[in-house]
Amino acid sequence: MELFIIFFSAALINNFVLSYFLGICPFIGVSNKTSSALSMGMATTFVMVITSIVSWLLWNLILVPFHIEYLQIPSFILVIASLVQFVEMVIKKVSQPLYRALGIFLPLITTNCAILGLALLASMRNYSLIESLVFGFGAGVGFTLALFIMSGIREELELTDVPLPFRGAPITLITAGLLALAFMGFAGMI
Amino acid sequence: MNKKSYSYEFVKGIWEINPIFKQILGMCPTLAVTVSVINGIAMALATTFVLVFSSFLISLIRKLIPNQVRIAAYIIIIASFVTITDLVMKAKFPEMSKSLGPFIPLIVVNCIILGRAEAFASKNNILKSLLDALGNGLGFLIGLILISSIRELLGSSSILGFKVLPNSFDPLIVMILPAGAFITFGLLMGFFNSLSLRKKESEKEKLIKKYSDKLIKSSNELVEN
Repeated sequence: MELFIIFFSAALINNFVLSYFLGICPFIGVSNKTSSALSMGMATTFVMVITSIVSWLLWNLILVPFHIEYLQIPSFILVIASLVQFVEMVIKKVSQPLYRALGIFLPLITTNCAILGLALLASMRNYSLIESLVFGFGAGVGFTLALFIMSGIREELELTDVPLPFRGAPITLITAGLLALAFMGFAGMI
Repeated sequence: MNKKSYSYEFVKGIWEINPIFKQILGMCPTLAVTVSVINGIAMALATTFVLVFSSFLISLIRKLIPNQVRIAAYIIIIASFVTITDLVMKAKFPEMSKSLGPFIPLIVVNCIILGRAEAFASKNNILKSLLDALGNGLGFLIGLILISSIRELLGSSSILGFKVLPNSFDPLIVMILPAGAFITFGLLMGFFNSLSLRKKESEKEKLIKKYSDKLIKSSNELVEN
């Protein structure tokens, strides 16, 4: 039950994009087309799940026992950067179609603050290994969901007559605001 | 453009390449911490600190870093300064550090800092990089103060904790919720876009007028001759 609550609160109630404001750059940048939004979401979810495991191991088995918690930020960012590189190589070796689908999105994930935010939040809340795994997966699902909905709306927006100064980022932000209001409805779920 | 002087490197960050409204960088902290003005100011000062010192250091050792590993080197430099900021904030301002939550450590992945390091500090001398970093930090500060004062004024009818609006004004709760951040930022960005569009338009008109006047004059002279 606890795990369900963690999953749903990460995916819907405290959606990473719409209520924690993590990962806004890809949210604005890659939400033009539904297909690329879906690929980006999947790649991010994948990296998030692996990051949540690795950062938990790093934090609980290395940083805390040796009392070097102050190295948290540099070590996490290094681990994420090398992890993304590693995942990219593995996918390239194992599955060519998946590599072609995720391709350019993988390197972009390193600078996605949602990944580092996820690792920091999980260590701040003292999650166990299973809990942080579920938290990572939930956050990824929430990110994908927000990105997918947004890209669907933006494909329709292309056809509308938006005032010139509002084209591009401003109208996307206002749409995201309305979407965030809609997502607040989930707050009553738990 | 011919005015690539030192003062220009500083001033351009405030309006011409304002990190928030023009470059659209560093959106996550912009949206997340602007619930109250004091949070916005603290965030902007922390970011400026990291920006200035990492720009300085990167510019100092820009010729020593091999090109292939420069991004990794920049990230390590930035991460060290962010750690310093985080620890100082935790020791000296524990309440502020708590209310900003994970957003102080997240300065590491703030695109403004890496963006300025890659686009400017890695190519220019120390003084220019320092001025550029200070200017961008100031632009970031101004943007954050603008957004956070609108949100705090309408959302909790106060500025910097002091009550400004009378009690008869019903605070718009939506402004302090996440949705308010997106909408305020979107409207402001649209407003600034329309300002710069209008400026461009008037410059175009001036140019057209200048040349059409010249044309009329010369044709008049031709007729007279």
